[in-house]
Amino acid sequence: MTEPINPWFIIGGVLAGLLTVAPGLIWFERRLLALWQDRYGPNRAGPFGVLVVLADTIKLFFKEDWIPPFADKAVFVIAPAIVAITVLMSFVIVPFAPGVIVVDLNIGILFFLAMSSMGAYSIILGGWASNNKYALLGAMRGAAQLISYEVFMGLSLMGVVLLSGSFSLQDIVNSQKGMWYVVPQFIGFVTFLIAGIAETHRLPFDIPEAESELIAGFHSEYSSMKFGLFFVGEYLGITLISALVVCLFFGGWLGPDFLPPLVWFILKTFVFIGLFILLRASMPRPRYDQLMEFGWKIILPITLLNLVVTAVILLVQSGAVMNIKF
Amino acid sequence: MATLYIDNQPHEVHSGNNLLEVCLSLGIDLPYFCWHPSLGSVGACRQCAIKVYKDENDKKGKLIMSCMEPVTNNQRISITDIEAKEFREQVIGWLMTNHPHDCAVCDEGGSCHLQDMTVMAGHTYRQFRYKKRTYKNQNLGPFINHEMNRCIQCYKCVRFYKDYAGGKDLDAFASKNKVYFGRHEDGVLESEFSGNLAEVCPTGVFTDKTLKQHYTRKWDLTMAPSICQHCSLGCNIIAGERYGSLRMISNRYNGDVNGYFICDRGRFGYEFVNAPDRIREPMLNNKVIGKTEVLEEIKRLLKEAKVIGIGSPRASLQSNFALKALVGKNNFYHGVSENEHDMADLAIKILKEGPVRTPTLSEVEKSDAVFILGEDLTNTAPMLALAVRQAVRVQPMKDVAKANIPDWNDAASREFIQDKLGPMFSATIHATKLDDIATQTYYASPDELARLGFAVAHILDNTVPDVSNLSPELNKLAEQIANSLLNAERPVIISGLSSATETVMRAAANVAWALHKKNKNTGLVLTMVECNSLGLAMMGGGRLDGAFNAILHNHADTVIVMENDLYRHGSSATVDKFLKMCKQVIVLDHSNHATIKKAHVVIPAGTFAESDGTLVNNEGRAQRFFQVYESTEVIQESWRWLLNMGVNAGNERMNKWKNFEDITRAISEEEEMLKGVETITPPANFRIAGQRIPREPHRYSGRTAMNAGINVSEPKPPEDPDSSLSYTMEGYRGQAPASLIPFFWSPGWNSVQSVNKYQEEVGGHLRGGDPGLRLLEADPNSSANYFTSVPEVFHPLEDHIWMVWTYHIFGSDNLSARSSSIAQRIPKPYVMVSPKDAEQYKLQDGQVLSFTIEKQSYSLPIKINSTLPHGVAALPYGFEGMPATELPCWGIVKPVANK
Amino acid sequence: MGNLKLGFVIWNLKFVILTSMFSILQSMWLVFLHMFHKRETIQYPEEKVKLPARWRGRIVLTRDPDMGERCVGCYLCAAACPVDCISLQATEDENGRRYPEFFRINFSRCIFCGYCEEACPTYAIQLIPDFEMGEYNRQNLVYEKEDLLINGEGKYPGYNYYKVAGMAIGGKDKGQAENEEPPLDIKSLEP
Repeated sequence: MTEPINPWFIIGGVLAGLLTVAPGLIWFERRLLALWQDRYGPNRAGPFGVLVVLADTIKLFFKEDWIPPFADKAVFVIAPAIVAITVLMSFVIVPFAPGVIVVDLNIGILFFLAMSSMGAYSIILGGWASNNKYALLGAMRGAAQLISYEVFMGLSLMGVVLLSGSFSLQDIVNSQKGMWYVVPQFIGFVTFLIAGIAETHRLPFDIPEAESELIAGFHSEYSSMKFGLFFVGEYLGITLISALVVCLFFGGWLGPDFLPPLVWFILKTFVFIGLFILLRASMPRPRYDQLMEFGWKIILPITLLNLVVTAVILLVQSGAVMNIKF
Repeated sequence: MATLYIDNQPHEVHSGNNLLEVCLSLGIDLPYFCWHPSLGSVGACRQCAIKVYKDENDKKGKLIMSCMEPVTNNQRISITDIEAKEFREQVIGWLMTNHPHDCAVCDEGGSCHLQDMTVMAGHTYRQFRYKKRTYKNQNLGPFINHEMNRCIQCYKCVRFYKDYAGGKDLDAFASKNKVYFGRHEDGVLESEFSGNLAEVCPTGVFTDKTLKQHYTRKWDLTMAPSICQHCSLGCNIIAGERYGSLRMISNRYNGDVNGYFICDRGRFGYEFVNAPDRIREPMLNNKVIGKTEVLEEIKRLLKEAKVIGIGSPRASLQSNFALKALVGKNNFYHGVSENEHDMADLAIKILKEGPVRTPTLSEVEKSDAVFILGEDLTNTAPMLALAVRQAVRVQPMKDVAKANIPDWNDAASREFIQDKLGPMFSATIHATKLDDIATQTYYASPDELARLGFAVAHILDNTVPDVSNLSPELNKLAEQIANSLLNAERPVIISGLSSATETVMRAAANVAWALHKKNKNTGLVLTMVECNSLGLAMMGGGRLDGAFNAILHNHADTVIVMENDLYRHGSSATVDKFLKMCKQVIVLDHSNHATIKKAHVVIPAGTFAESDGTLVNNEGRAQRFFQVYESTEVIQESWRWLLNMGVNAGNERMNKWKNFEDITRAISEEEEMLKGVETITPPANFRIAGQRIPREPHRYSGRTAMNAGINVSEPKPPEDPDSSLSYTMEGYRGQAPASLIPFFWSPGWNSVQSVNKYQEEVGGHLRGGDPGLRLLEADPNSSANYFTSVPEVFHPLEDHIWMVWTYHIFGSDNLSARSSSIAQRIPKPYVMVSPKDAEQYKLQDGQVLSFTIEKQSYSLPIKINSTLPHGVAALPYGFEGMPATELPCWGIVKPVANK
Repeated sequence: MGNLKLGFVIWNLKFVILTSMFSILQSMWLVFLHMFHKRETIQYPEEKVKLPARWRGRIVLTRDPDMGERCVGCYLCAAACPVDCISLQATEDENGRRYPEFFRINFSRCIFCGYCEEACPTYAIQLIPDFEMGEYNRQNLVYEKEDLLINGEGKYPGYNYYKVAGMAIGGKDKGQAENEEPPLDIKSLEP
């Protein structure tokens, strides 16, 4: 291990990086979507249209920051902050490279799960405070969806935890030096990915905001930077889930030495961000009841099965089975 | 009542009517052309064909023309029968073979009965391959445009013009496929009702030439129910506006008043509203100032001045009342001449205290004996003349009924009657246009006319004082008149203000009252001068002389003159003196006149098209007219200006009045004779299904572009605080209550014929009753206090002529005379003299006669009229340069200068 | 039996999951492959679009073959306009030919539906393939007659309304239109 880096630098770096990446993803997503739809996407402002990010930001900042007179003002203001804060907090436990981590908590994954549960409040409170029927409908859907998928998101990670024997992400990455966990924990990977998409309520699981049914759902009444925060929260969520997938199943920063570990990490993360966008480009939105059914009746049994099978195999490997006296 | 089965559905209908009328009354769409509720049926166009069946078992039926077949009980007919339908479609196909490809450039388009009927009958394609017949058009004068190619030969124009309105110069020429409707040569249509051709013609042969000057489709007009302002009859009209100018006046059906027609003065006299010399800005000493400044100025004036107000017989009740409220009861004067004031009071006395009821116009049409005393109806009350023309047919029509010919069967009944006419006696100063239908005519000076009246009354009831020195011929005539009136079922006596001689009106009242003792159906019609003469008289107020005296004796120093040209009501010397003595003269008016030139403050008032108001017509019927459009922000109703002034001056009473409704309610509460005027229309908060009634048809176009040239951001449309009409096309689409109908339209019926859908029964009352409220009802049981002062025989004086007024439909009314089309029909000022007088003064027709009236001298070319009695000369009333002194009076003829 | 049925259901479920998963993956793959497809976008200001002749773009007023104004001011376009963005005033020249005194289209309201062209009985108003009429100031989108009138016949060459109408105008008297008899002499005695 090299000299530990001053954590303030890391915090600063992570914050700066993430807050650049989040709006940058707007451009990235629009370009990618366009690519898959045989279009160009934003290509006018700046080279390859990257300055569209700037334009969007300026637009968001200069729009009238309107709070509906019928809204619950305090809650209405707090709600978008919650999503941004919880997602940023989750990044605390993500190891970007050896040593490049804000805090290496020994309950890392649990912390992430806790934070993502907190994120649900943002949707519920935002929808409720808007005092608008569509917003409330979106919020209720969001609450149900997030709580349901929360359950097996946790369970799907347990396989990895079993294999590595630690909740700390740094340990988990380090223990993948031989083999990425995607191989033994393929089912865990798939279920976590699905749960992750649902957690970030991205397409095809954007039921809470479903514009064709709910007119943007829980954030119908939001404008200007409050809306912007929801947006930033969403893109940070994508980044977070991608980063976690990379850490948990694809060896985190590990990779051949010709590239530095941080670069490997970023590359892998962007592959998954790309996957998120590809999903948006290709998937239709399921019905709300189908979504719940899929979660409870299919994914949950599969994750449980995965957990049990992993545990049994581990038990057998460790020889502990032999010691069981019948 | 009879049961009629239409396509196997039973309907209860009036027996005796024709099938077409009945079907239309039931709301069934059946195409027709030649039929008209007022003109009857002739069966010329073959368009209203239906099937009639012998009985239930008859499956074949036979085709008949529904307009020619009376309803019988248990009759079975079919409108939807395929053969009848095909027949109707073919008929219109033939009618269209020569119809030009003109709709785009035709003024009738969009309100065309032919278009409607073509669509209704289902004809879509011209299959006739040969060439179209064409005609040369005629120039028919300033009112009516002629485009003969469009004619479908329904004959309705000549039937209206000749048979109904008594015109002589429009006819059908040539024969067969060449039939031509027009005059024998180019020239002005003489009839005073020629404008109705535009509405009677089912297509665009006859159209409104004044509309052509600023052409607008009917669907683009902002329209409101209005009342004609040009005579005292109060005909109901629809006024239409586009792009801030008044475009068109059309008839608004009122079963009690004007029915389907209006006169040309009413139809074409509207252009004074668009006149370039209209008062459009407030002015202080001839300088244009703003609205707030002018109100401030008046506030200052009112604070320190003793003010009197002069009202107007052409202003609404509301305006006169507001003026009265502003200046106080004792400082309010009628702006009419002494004589007019007294005669209007006399008229109210006769109508209110006498036992005889004054009939409505439609009741006059049903009278079977008419006695006209001193009125040139065609020129003073044109629609009354039209009603009299119908009345003379009532007596002969009784024989028609005896011969079992239905009254609607026009051709047969006219054939039966030939030229028989009912009793109609016309006693006037000189020949009138109604003389052609008169049984006897009598031309004499006003006093002589009165003597005839007294003589007739004496014969009817000998308690009426006898007339001394009556010539035997006159006595014979009086007896003939008395007998005819006695033999009639519904006799009517017509007189009025135009002779300007009280004894004439008194004589007429005596005749009516004497007759009433024998026949309770007697009617008495008295015409007035202006549209609200009677309403003003009912409101009470001082004479104009009183106003002059108040200033002369320093009881007041400031005058507010409202919608009145004082020079028309007092001699110019008096008015000059009066205006000079006033410290401040404030004039509210819309059109320029001599009084305005002397005013210190001029305030732009709205014309009838820019105002809401109520008028009382000659029968005492209060009728409301509605604002059509808001022309500018400055122009507003006189009463609204006066309210502003009152509020500024701290007038407690006026402070409570916020809008039209408040002020009308106050009139009803405070004016004994005008009780109930607020009930004639639904209140301003009246809504149907929560909606206002739109002034614009649903096809109204261009509203996001019409003002875009000035500013692309559309302004908020004005809101109407005074009525339940809206200024836009938004609102209730169905039928409005009768008094609120802004235009007639019904699906499939874009032309004026859609009025059928608004009537309880075709040709009857509007649904919910004809609008208007009669304020004067006579008590039939009250006893008649006969007038007893019989005038003496008229003796001509040496070198003197007895000057009387003669009236012109075009020219005598000051407002309509400003209309450019009417102006073309106004004769040059003249003096009418008898041949004997002309000979005496050695003058030929057209030579100038010089005379003095009250020291004012006049020189006018003479017009010799052989019917004018010796010693009497007539001056056209209301013309430019006419003496404003009160006539009749003696004029002194100057010795001929060139001798 | 019960076991067999349960087994069948499980088998069936597996089948459903597998096939649906496959179809999802397949569609993702197909979408992914679009990365290598040609882009359809036309890079507008640099690259111009080829518009069909019947494209509903800018509205013009055309002239008839004699170069007279085709518009006769019949108000049908204004009536047909669903957004009421056409207003005009008809007037007449000394020979009776009608034309619009003013003709105004508020293009900031126009939805280019083409109903005006459809309603026009004289082929005067036409929508042409030109849409490049953006403005920074909305007031500039109000077109007056001089902005609308072109010196040509537009899409419908050869048509002249007054040649088929029955009205007499300067240069065309009664009976001189297509398919018309000469004016009747009503005073003639011929049958």
